[in-house]
Amino acid sequence: MTTDDQIIAIIAEQAMLETGDVTRDASLADLGIDSLGLVECIFAIEERFDISVPFNANDPSESDFDISSVGAIIAAVKQLQADQAK
Amino acid sequence: MGRVVITGAGTINPLGADVPATFEAMREGRCGIGPLDIVDVDRLSIQIGGQIRQYQEADYFNRQQISLYDRFTQFALLAARQAIGQAGLSFTGALADQSGVILGTSGGGLTTQDENYRAAYGEGKNRVHPFIVPKLMNNAAASHVSMEWNLRGPTFTVATACASSNHAMGQAFNMIRCGMTKVMITGGSEAMLCFGGIKAWEGLRVMSKDACRPFSATRNGMVQGEGAAVYVFEDYDHARARDADILCEVIGFAMTSDASDIVMPSKQGAARAIAGAVKDAGITKESVGYINAHGTGTAANDKTECAAVADVFGAHADKLMISSTKSMHGHLIGGTGAVELLACIMALRDGVIAPTIGYEEPDPECALDVVPNVARDAQVDVVLSNAFAFGGLNAVLALRKFG
Repeated sequence: MTTDDQIIAIIAEQAMLETGDVTRDASLADLGIDSLGLVECIFAIEERFDISVPFNANDPSESDFDISSVGAIIAAVKQLQADQAK
Repeated sequence: MGRVVITGAGTINPLGADVPATFEAMREGRCGIGPLDIVDVDRLSIQIGGQIRQYQEADYFNRQQISLYDRFTQFALLAARQAIGQAGLSFTGALADQSGVILGTSGGGLTTQDENYRAAYGEGKNRVHPFIVPKLMNNAAASHVSMEWNLRGPTFTVATACASSNHAMGQAFNMIRCGMTKVMITGGSEAMLCFGGIKAWEGLRVMSKDACRPFSATRNGMVQGEGAAVYVFEDYDHARARDADILCEVIGFAMTSDASDIVMPSKQGAARAIAGAVKDAGITKESVGYINAHGTGTAANDKTECAAVADVFGAHADKLMISSTKSMHGHLIGGTGAVELLACIMALRDGVIAPTIGYEEPDPECALDVVPNVARDAQVDVVLSNAFAFGGLNAVLALRKFG
Protein backbone atom coordinates (compact mmCIF):
# COMPACT_ATOMS: atom_id res chain seq x y z
CA MET A 1 0.00 0.00 0.00
CA THR A 2 1.17 3.53 -0.76
CA THR A 3 1.53 6.11 2.00
CA ASP A 4 -1.65 7.77 0.74
CA ASP A 5 -3.60 4.52 0.93
CA GLN A 6 -2.29 3.69 4.39
CA ILE A 7 -3.31 7.09 5.79
CA ILE A 8 -6.73 6.86 4.18
CA ALA A 9 -7.14 3.39 5.69
CA ILE A 10 -6.27 4.72 9.16
CA ILE A 11 -8.77 7.56 8.83
CA ALA A 12 -11.45 5.29 7.39
CA GLU A 13 -11.07 2.91 10.32
CA GLN A 14 -11.55 5.74 12.82
CA ALA A 15 -14.54 7.08 10.91
CA MET A 16 -15.96 3.57 10.48
CA LEU A 17 -16.28 4.20 6.73
CA GLU A 18 -15.15 2.38 3.61
CA THR A 19 -11.85 3.73 2.27
CA GLY A 20 -13.64 4.74 -0.93
CA ASP A 21 -15.80 7.16 1.08
CA VAL A 22 -12.78 9.04 2.44
CA THR A 23 -12.10 11.85 -0.04
CA ARG A 24 -9.02 14.08 -0.02
CA ASP A 25 -10.94 17.31 0.35
CA ALA A 26 -12.95 16.11 3.34
CA SER A 27 -12.09 17.38 6.82
CA LEU A 28 -12.00 14.93 9.71
CA ALA A 29 -15.11 16.63 11.10
CA ASP A 30 -16.88 15.98 7.76
CA LEU A 31 -16.09 12.29 8.28
CA GLY A 32 -17.53 12.33 11.82
CA ILE A 33 -14.19 12.07 13.61
CA ASP A 34 -14.22 13.91 16.96
CA SER A 35 -11.29 15.19 19.03
CA LEU A 36 -10.62 11.79 20.61
CA GLY A 37 -10.74 10.18 17.15
CA LEU A 38 -8.24 12.75 15.90
CA VAL A 39 -5.66 11.90 18.58
CA GLU A 40 -6.20 8.21 17.82
CA CYS A 41 -5.56 8.91 14.11
CA ILE A 42 -2.36 10.74 14.96
CA PHE A 43 -1.25 7.91 17.24
CA ALA A 44 -1.96 5.36 14.50
CA ILE A 45 -0.03 7.43 11.95
CA GLU A 46 2.97 7.69 14.32
CA GLU A 47 2.90 3.93 14.90
CA ARG A 48 2.52 3.07 11.21
CA PHE A 49 5.26 5.35 9.86
CA ASP A 50 7.43 5.53 12.98
CA ILE A 51 7.43 9.30 12.95
CA SER A 52 6.71 11.88 15.62
CA VAL A 53 3.78 14.16 14.80
CA PRO A 54 3.97 17.66 16.35
CA PHE A 55 0.39 18.11 17.48
CA ASN A 56 -1.05 19.80 20.55
CA ALA A 57 -4.77 19.27 21.11
CA ASN A 58 -4.98 22.56 23.02
CA ASP A 59 -4.46 24.51 19.85
CA PRO A 60 -4.49 22.34 16.71
CA SER A 61 -4.28 25.34 14.34
CA GLU A 62 -0.96 26.42 15.88
CA SER A 63 0.64 23.05 15.24
CA ASP A 64 2.95 22.68 12.25
CA PHE A 65 0.98 19.60 11.32
CA ASP A 66 -1.89 20.59 8.99
CA ILE A 67 -5.04 18.59 9.75
CA SER A 68 -7.51 20.72 7.81
CA SER A 69 -8.31 17.93 5.33
CA VAL A 70 -7.40 14.36 4.47
CA GLY A 71 -5.18 15.63 1.64
CA ALA A 72 -3.42 18.07 3.99
CA ILE A 73 -2.73 15.27 6.47
CA ILE A 74 -1.24 13.09 3.72
CA ALA A 75 1.01 15.95 2.59
CA ALA A 76 2.08 16.71 6.18
CA VAL A 77 2.93 13.07 6.85
CA LYS A 78 5.07 12.92 3.69
CA GLN A 79 6.86 16.10 4.76
CA LEU A 80 7.53 14.62 8.21
CA GLN A 81 8.81 11.39 6.68
CA ALA A 82 11.22 13.39 4.56
CA ASP A 83 12.32 15.64 7.46
CA GLN A 84 12.69 12.86 10.00
CA ALA A 85 14.55 10.58 7.61
CA LYS A 86 17.38 13.13 7.50
CA MET B 1 -35.81 9.73 56.89
CA GLY B 2 -36.76 7.88 53.73
CA ARG B 3 -36.55 4.14 53.17
CA VAL B 4 -34.23 2.60 50.59
CA VAL B 5 -34.86 -0.57 48.59
CA ILE B 6 -32.93 -2.55 45.99
CA THR B 7 -34.84 -2.94 42.72
CA GLY B 8 -32.14 -4.31 40.43
CA ALA B 9 -28.99 -6.40 40.61
CA GLY B 10 -26.36 -7.33 38.06
CA THR B 11 -22.99 -9.04 38.11
CA ILE B 12 -20.17 -10.69 36.27
CA ASN B 13 -17.78 -12.60 38.51
CA PRO B 14 -15.87 -15.90 38.61
CA LEU B 15 -19.07 -17.77 39.53
CA GLY B 16 -21.25 -16.50 36.72
CA ALA B 17 -21.98 -13.83 34.15
CA ASP B 18 -25.27 -12.80 35.77
CA VAL B 19 -27.18 -13.01 39.05
CA PRO B 20 -29.08 -16.30 38.45
CA ALA B 21 -25.84 -18.11 37.46
CA THR B 22 -24.09 -16.71 40.54
CA PHE B 23 -26.92 -17.78 42.86
CA GLU B 24 -26.83 -21.26 41.37
CA ALA B 25 -23.07 -21.54 41.91
CA MET B 26 -23.38 -20.28 45.48
CA ARG B 27 -26.21 -22.76 46.20
CA GLU B 28 -24.08 -25.57 44.85
CA GLY B 29 -20.93 -24.40 46.64
CA ARG B 30 -19.03 -24.27 43.37
CA CYS B 31 -15.46 -22.97 43.33
CA GLY B 32 -14.58 -20.32 40.74
CA ILE B 33 -10.90 -20.26 41.65
CA GLY B 34 -8.40 -21.94 39.36
CA PRO B 35 -5.10 -21.59 37.51
CA LEU B 36 -4.51 -18.06 36.23
CA ASP B 37 -4.35 -17.49 32.50
CA ILE B 38 -2.36 -14.24 32.22
CA VAL B 39 0.85 -12.90 30.68
CA ASP B 40 4.02 -13.86 32.57
CA VAL B 41 2.19 -16.18 35.00
CA ASP B 42 5.33 -18.34 35.10
CA ARG B 43 7.14 -15.51 36.90
CA LEU B 44 4.57 -15.47 39.72
CA SER B 45 4.77 -17.62 42.82
CA ILE B 46 0.99 -17.24 43.21
CA GLN B 47 -0.60 -18.80 40.14
CA ILE B 48 -4.28 -19.13 41.09
CA GLY B 49 -7.17 -16.68 41.14
CA GLY B 50 -10.86 -16.19 40.67
CA GLN B 51 -10.64 -15.24 37.01
CA ILE B 52 -13.61 -14.67 34.71
CA ARG B 53 -13.04 -17.30 32.07
CA GLN B 54 -14.11 -17.35 28.44
CA TYR B 55 -14.58 -13.59 28.61
CA GLN B 56 -14.24 -11.90 25.21
CA GLU B 57 -14.58 -8.14 25.37
CA ALA B 58 -15.47 -8.01 21.67
CA ASP B 59 -18.66 -9.95 22.48
CA TYR B 60 -19.95 -6.92 24.38
CA PHE B 61 -18.15 -3.80 23.15
CA ASN B 62 -17.05 -2.30 19.83
CA ARG B 63 -13.48 -1.36 18.97
CA GLN B 64 -13.93 2.30 19.91
CA GLN B 65 -15.40 1.38 23.31
CA ILE B 66 -12.64 -1.13 24.01
CA SER B 67 -10.04 1.58 23.39
CA LEU B 68 -11.64 3.53 26.28
CA TYR B 69 -12.86 0.75 28.64
CA ASP B 70 -10.40 -1.00 30.93
CA ARG B 71 -11.51 -4.46 32.04
CA PHE B 72 -12.83 -3.05 35.35
CA THR B 73 -14.99 -0.55 33.43
CA GLN B 74 -16.28 -3.28 31.14
CA PHE B 75 -17.33 -5.40 34.13
CA ALA B 76 -19.08 -2.42 35.75
CA LEU B 77 -20.96 -1.55 32.56
CA LEU B 78 -22.12 -5.15 32.05
CA ALA B 79 -23.33 -5.44 35.64
CA ALA B 80 -25.07 -2.03 35.47
CA ARG B 81 -26.91 -3.03 32.27
CA GLN B 82 -28.33 -6.10 34.02
CA ALA B 83 -29.28 -4.17 37.18
CA ILE B 84 -30.96 -1.25 35.42
CA GLY B 85 -32.63 -3.66 33.00
CA GLN B 86 -34.12 -5.57 35.92
CA ALA B 87 -35.26 -2.38 37.65
CA GLY B 88 -36.94 -1.28 34.41
CA LEU B 89 -35.92 2.35 34.85
CA SER B 90 -35.06 4.93 32.23
CA PHE B 91 -33.50 8.21 33.25
CA THR B 92 -34.92 11.39 31.73
CA GLY B 93 -35.88 14.83 33.00
CA ALA B 94 -35.95 15.37 36.75
CA LEU B 95 -35.25 11.70 37.56
CA ALA B 96 -31.97 11.85 35.59
CA ASP B 97 -30.87 14.84 37.68
CA GLN B 98 -31.84 13.07 40.91
CA SER B 99 -29.99 9.85 40.09
CA GLY B 100 -26.27 9.12 40.23
CA VAL B 101 -23.56 6.49 40.37
CA ILE B 102 -21.24 5.56 43.24
CA LEU B 103 -18.92 2.66 42.55
CA GLY B 104 -16.08 1.14 44.54
CA THR B 105 -12.77 0.06 43.09
CA SER B 106 -9.29 -0.23 44.48
CA GLY B 107 -7.02 -0.72 41.49
CA GLY B 108 -9.14 1.04 38.85
CA GLY B 109 -7.54 0.56 35.45
CA LEU B 110 -4.63 -1.42 36.83
CA THR B 111 -4.53 -3.73 33.81
CA THR B 112 -4.17 -0.71 31.53
CA GLN B 113 -1.32 0.57 33.68
CA ASP B 114 0.32 -2.84 33.74
CA GLU B 115 0.14 -3.30 29.96
CA ASN B 116 1.51 0.15 29.23
CA TYR B 117 4.29 0.05 31.82
CA ARG B 118 5.29 -3.25 30.23
CA ALA B 119 5.33 -1.59 26.80
CA ALA B 120 7.27 1.47 28.00
CA TYR B 121 9.72 -0.10 30.46
CA GLY B 122 9.85 -3.72 29.35
CA GLU B 123 9.67 -3.33 25.61
CA GLY B 124 11.27 0.12 25.43
CA LYS B 125 8.39 1.69 23.53
CA ASN B 126 8.46 5.48 23.52
CA ARG B 127 4.94 6.04 22.27
CA VAL B 128 1.76 5.13 24.14
CA HIS B 129 -1.88 5.08 23.13
CA PRO B 130 -3.62 8.44 23.67
CA PHE B 131 -6.43 7.10 25.88
CA ILE B 132 -4.40 5.57 28.69
CA VAL B 133 -5.34 8.27 31.20
CA PRO B 134 -9.12 8.20 30.66
CA LYS B 135 -8.92 4.40 30.57
CA LEU B 136 -6.96 3.85 33.77
CA MET B 137 -8.54 6.48 36.02
CA ASN B 138 -10.46 5.11 39.00
CA ASN B 139 -13.61 7.04 38.13
CA ALA B 140 -13.77 5.71 34.55
CA ALA B 141 -16.32 3.01 35.41
CA ALA B 142 -18.65 5.37 37.29
CA SER B 143 -18.40 7.96 34.53
CA HIS B 144 -19.14 5.49 31.74
CA VAL B 145 -22.16 4.10 33.62
CA SER B 146 -23.35 7.67 34.08
CA MET B 147 -22.87 8.38 30.36
CA GLU B 148 -24.52 5.18 29.16
CA TRP B 149 -27.65 5.75 31.28
CA ASN B 150 -27.90 9.58 31.44
CA LEU B 151 -27.42 9.63 35.21
CA ARG B 152 -26.74 13.29 35.91
CA GLY B 153 -26.71 13.50 39.71
CA PRO B 154 -23.96 12.77 42.26
CA THR B 155 -21.40 10.47 40.67
CA PHE B 156 -18.03 9.43 42.03
CA THR B 157 -15.73 6.57 42.93
CA VAL B 158 -14.78 5.31 46.36
CA ALA B 159 -11.38 3.72 46.86
CA THR B 160 -10.96 2.23 50.32
CA ALA B 161 -9.18 -0.97 49.35
CA CYS B 162 -11.19 -4.05 50.35
CA ALA B 163 -14.07 -1.96 51.76
CA SER B 164 -14.53 0.20 48.62
CA SER B 165 -17.82 -1.37 47.54
CA ASN B 166 -19.40 -1.29 50.99
CA HIS B 167 -18.35 2.32 51.47
CA ALA B 168 -19.77 3.15 48.01
CA MET B 169 -23.10 1.43 48.71
CA GLY B 170 -23.23 3.08 52.14
CA GLN B 171 -22.93 6.52 50.55
CA ALA B 172 -25.61 5.66 47.98
CA PHE B 173 -27.91 4.44 50.75
CA ASN B 174 -27.50 7.58 52.83
CA MET B 175 -27.95 9.93 49.87
CA ILE B 176 -31.34 8.41 49.08
CA ARG B 177 -32.27 8.12 52.73
CA CYS B 178 -31.72 11.82 53.36
CA GLY B 179 -33.65 12.83 50.24
CA MET B 180 -30.69 14.01 48.19
CA THR B 181 -31.35 11.55 45.33
CA LYS B 182 -34.10 9.17 44.18
CA VAL B 183 -32.08 6.41 42.53
CA MET B 184 -28.42 5.45 42.86
CA ILE B 185 -26.52 2.93 40.76
CA THR B 186 -23.99 1.49 43.17
CA GLY B 187 -21.67 -1.43 43.84
CA GLY B 188 -18.13 -2.04 42.74
CA SER B 189 -15.74 -3.47 40.20
CA GLU B 190 -12.18 -4.80 40.14
CA ALA B 191 -9.84 -6.29 37.55
CA MET B 192 -6.47 -6.74 39.22
CA LEU B 193 -5.53 -10.13 37.84
CA CYS B 194 -2.57 -8.94 35.82
CA PHE B 195 1.11 -9.61 36.44
CA GLY B 196 1.77 -6.41 38.43
CA GLY B 197 -1.48 -6.67 40.36
CA ILE B 198 -0.65 -10.14 41.64
CA LYS B 199 3.08 -9.54 42.03
CA ALA B 200 2.35 -6.69 44.45
CA TRP B 201 0.05 -8.84 46.59
CA GLU B 202 2.57 -11.67 46.47
CA GLY B 203 5.06 -9.37 48.17
CA LEU B 204 2.87 -9.09 51.26
CA ARG B 205 3.10 -12.86 51.86
CA VAL B 206 -0.58 -13.17 52.68
CA MET B 207 -1.62 -15.13 49.59
CA SER B 208 -2.50 -18.80 49.38
CA LYS B 209 -0.94 -20.92 46.67
CA ASP B 210 -3.72 -23.49 46.65
CA ALA B 211 -7.12 -22.31 47.95
CA CYS B 212 -9.07 -19.81 50.02
CA ARG B 213 -10.33 -21.60 53.16
CA PRO B 214 -11.87 -19.00 55.44
CA PHE B 215 -12.28 -19.93 59.14
CA SER B 216 -10.72 -23.35 58.62
CA ALA B 217 -7.76 -24.16 60.89
CA THR B 218 -5.92 -25.13 57.69
CA ARG B 219 -6.38 -21.72 56.02
CA ASN B 220 -3.23 -20.29 54.52
CA GLY B 221 -4.15 -16.99 52.95
CA MET B 222 -6.29 -15.12 50.51
CA VAL B 223 -6.88 -15.62 46.79
CA GLN B 224 -7.61 -12.73 44.46
CA GLY B 225 -10.66 -12.55 42.21
CA GLU B 226 -12.09 -10.16 39.66
CA GLY B 227 -15.47 -8.91 38.54
CA ALA B 228 -18.26 -6.56 39.45
CA ALA B 229 -21.70 -6.33 40.98
CA VAL B 230 -23.94 -3.32 40.57
CA TYR B 231 -27.32 -2.53 42.15
CA VAL B 232 -30.17 -0.13 41.75
CA PHE B 233 -30.80 1.51 45.12
CA GLU B 234 -34.13 3.34 45.01
CA ASP B 235 -36.23 5.51 47.25
CA TYR B 236 -39.00 3.26 48.61
CA ASP B 237 -41.85 5.64 47.77
CA HIS B 238 -40.50 6.04 44.23
CA ALA B 239 -40.26 2.26 43.81
CA ARG B 240 -43.72 1.69 45.25
CA ALA B 241 -45.30 4.36 43.05
CA ARG B 242 -44.12 2.53 39.94
CA ASP B 243 -44.94 -0.89 41.41
CA ALA B 244 -41.33 -2.11 41.13
CA ASP B 245 -40.25 -5.59 42.20
CA ILE B 246 -38.32 -5.02 45.42
CA LEU B 247 -35.43 -7.43 46.06
CA CYS B 248 -34.84 -6.33 49.67
CA GLU B 249 -34.53 -3.24 51.86
CA VAL B 250 -31.29 -1.55 52.91
CA ILE B 251 -31.80 -0.58 56.54
CA GLY B 252 -28.46 0.37 58.05
CA PHE B 253 -24.85 1.29 57.46
CA ALA B 254 -21.88 2.13 59.64
CA MET B 255 -18.23 2.84 59.02
CA THR B 256 -15.31 3.14 61.40
CA SER B 257 -11.56 3.48 61.33
CA ASP B 258 -9.24 1.36 63.48
CA ALA B 259 -6.80 4.27 63.68
CA SER B 260 -4.12 1.77 64.63
CA ASP B 261 -2.28 -0.18 61.92
CA ILE B 262 -2.04 0.01 58.12
CA VAL B 263 -2.52 -3.75 57.61
CA MET B 264 -3.32 -5.56 60.89
CA PRO B 265 -7.08 -5.60 61.62
CA SER B 266 -8.49 -4.52 64.95
CA LYS B 267 -11.28 -6.31 66.79
CA GLN B 268 -12.55 -3.04 68.26
CA GLY B 269 -12.73 -1.26 64.92
CA ALA B 270 -14.64 -4.14 63.30
CA ALA B 271 -16.95 -4.51 66.31
CA ARG B 272 -17.80 -0.81 66.33
CA ALA B 273 -18.75 -0.99 62.64
CA ILE B 274 -20.92 -4.09 63.14
CA ALA B 275 -22.63 -2.67 66.23
CA GLY B 276 -22.98 0.66 64.44
CA ALA B 277 -24.83 -0.89 61.49
CA VAL B 278 -27.22 -2.69 63.87
CA LYS B 279 -27.88 0.55 65.74
CA ASP B 280 -28.29 2.56 62.53
CA ALA B 281 -30.86 0.01 61.32
CA GLY B 282 -32.82 0.37 64.57
CA ILE B 283 -33.03 -3.37 65.05
CA THR B 284 -32.18 -5.76 67.88
CA LYS B 285 -29.00 -7.80 67.67
CA GLU B 286 -31.10 -10.94 67.98
CA SER B 287 -32.88 -10.19 64.70
CA VAL B 288 -29.66 -10.71 62.70
CA GLY B 289 -29.80 -14.19 61.19
CA TYR B 290 -26.85 -14.18 58.80
CA ILE B 291 -23.61 -12.27 58.32
CA ASN B 292 -21.73 -12.32 55.06
CA ALA B 293 -18.23 -12.23 56.51
CA HIS B 294 -15.23 -10.37 55.22
CA GLY B 295 -13.62 -13.82 55.71
CA THR B 296 -10.47 -13.44 53.63
CA GLY B 297 -8.88 -16.72 54.65
CA THR B 298 -5.90 -15.02 56.27
CA ALA B 299 -4.91 -15.95 59.81
CA ALA B 300 -5.34 -12.40 61.06
CA ASN B 301 -8.67 -11.42 59.51
CA ASP B 302 -10.70 -14.50 60.29
CA LYS B 303 -9.91 -14.76 63.99
CA THR B 304 -10.27 -11.01 64.50
CA GLU B 305 -13.59 -10.96 62.66
CA CYS B 306 -14.96 -13.89 64.70
CA ALA B 307 -13.88 -12.22 67.92
CA ALA B 308 -15.59 -8.99 66.87
CA VAL B 309 -18.82 -10.84 66.05
CA ALA B 310 -18.68 -12.67 69.39
CA ASP B 311 -18.16 -9.37 71.22
CA VAL B 312 -21.06 -7.61 69.52
CA PHE B 313 -23.62 -10.41 69.61
CA GLY B 314 -22.74 -12.20 72.88
CA ALA B 315 -24.81 -15.38 73.24
CA HIS B 316 -26.59 -14.70 69.92
CA ALA B 317 -23.25 -15.14 68.08
CA ASP B 318 -23.71 -18.90 68.46
CA LYS B 319 -27.19 -18.79 66.92
CA LEU B 320 -26.50 -16.73 63.80
CA MET B 321 -24.85 -18.02 60.61
CA ILE B 322 -21.72 -16.42 59.14
CA SER B 323 -20.12 -17.48 55.86
CA SER B 324 -17.44 -16.26 53.50
CA THR B 325 -18.19 -16.59 49.81
CA LYS B 326 -14.60 -15.52 49.05
CA SER B 327 -13.91 -19.24 49.27
CA MET B 328 -15.78 -19.52 45.95
CA HIS B 329 -15.13 -16.26 44.04
CA GLY B 330 -11.92 -15.09 45.68
CA HIS B 331 -11.25 -11.64 47.06
CA LEU B 332 -12.42 -9.06 44.55
CA ILE B 333 -10.69 -6.30 46.59
CA GLY B 334 -12.56 -3.09 45.73
CA GLY B 335 -15.44 -5.03 44.16
CA THR B 336 -15.76 -7.69 46.81
CA GLY B 337 -18.50 -6.21 49.00
CA ALA B 338 -20.70 -5.75 45.95
CA VAL B 339 -20.45 -9.38 44.81
CA GLU B 340 -20.87 -10.57 48.40
CA LEU B 341 -24.10 -8.59 48.75
CA LEU B 342 -25.54 -11.12 46.28
CA ALA B 343 -25.22 -13.79 48.96
CA CYS B 344 -27.16 -11.50 51.32
CA ILE B 345 -29.95 -11.03 48.77
CA MET B 346 -30.07 -14.79 48.11
CA ALA B 347 -30.42 -15.40 51.87
CA LEU B 348 -33.29 -12.90 52.19
CA ARG B 349 -35.10 -13.70 48.92
CA ASP B 350 -34.56 -17.42 48.49
CA GLY B 351 -33.89 -18.58 52.06
CA VAL B 352 -30.57 -20.11 50.99
CA ILE B 353 -27.39 -19.38 52.93
CA ALA B 354 -24.26 -19.54 50.77
CA PRO B 355 -21.59 -21.81 52.26
CA THR B 356 -17.96 -21.32 53.21
CA ILE B 357 -16.37 -23.92 50.97
CA GLY B 358 -12.91 -25.44 51.41
CA TYR B 359 -13.58 -25.79 55.13
CA GLU B 360 -11.48 -28.65 56.46
CA GLU B 361 -10.91 -28.35 60.19
CA PRO B 362 -12.43 -26.26 63.00
CA ASP B 363 -10.34 -23.45 64.43
CA PRO B 364 -11.10 -22.70 68.10
CA GLU B 365 -10.47 -19.04 67.31
CA CYS B 366 -13.25 -19.12 64.69
CA ALA B 367 -15.85 -21.08 66.66
CA LEU B 368 -18.98 -19.77 64.93
CA ASP B 369 -21.48 -21.42 62.59
CA VAL B 370 -19.63 -20.76 59.34
CA VAL B 371 -22.04 -22.84 57.18
CA PRO B 372 -19.21 -25.16 56.15
CA ASN B 373 -19.02 -26.49 52.59
CA VAL B 374 -22.74 -26.96 51.89
CA ALA B 375 -25.42 -24.30 51.41
CA ARG B 376 -28.24 -24.31 53.94
CA ASP B 377 -31.95 -23.60 53.70
CA ALA B 378 -32.86 -21.09 56.39
CA GLN B 379 -35.32 -18.23 56.71
CA VAL B 380 -33.63 -15.02 57.81
CA ASP B 381 -35.15 -11.54 58.11
CA VAL B 382 -32.05 -9.41 58.66
CA VAL B 383 -28.52 -9.88 57.35
CA LEU B 384 -25.25 -7.95 57.59
CA SER B 385 -22.38 -7.67 55.12
CA ASN B 386 -18.92 -6.99 56.55
CA ALA B 387 -15.95 -5.38 54.85
CA PHE B 388 -12.72 -4.56 56.65
CA ALA B 389 -10.00 -2.91 54.58
CA PHE B 390 -6.28 -2.46 54.77
CA GLY B 391 -5.78 0.92 56.31
CA GLY B 392 -8.13 -0.10 59.11
CA LEU B 393 -11.28 1.10 57.35
CA ASN B 394 -14.44 -0.84 58.16
CA ALA B 395 -17.86 -0.68 56.48
CA VAL B 396 -20.91 -2.79 57.36
CA LEU B 397 -24.32 -2.82 55.66
CA ALA B 398 -27.60 -4.14 57.09
CA LEU B 399 -30.37 -5.48 54.83
CA ARG B 400 -33.89 -6.70 55.58
CA LYS B 401 -36.26 -9.01 53.78
CA PHE B 402 -38.99 -7.10 52.02
CA GLY B 403 -42.68 -7.99 52.30
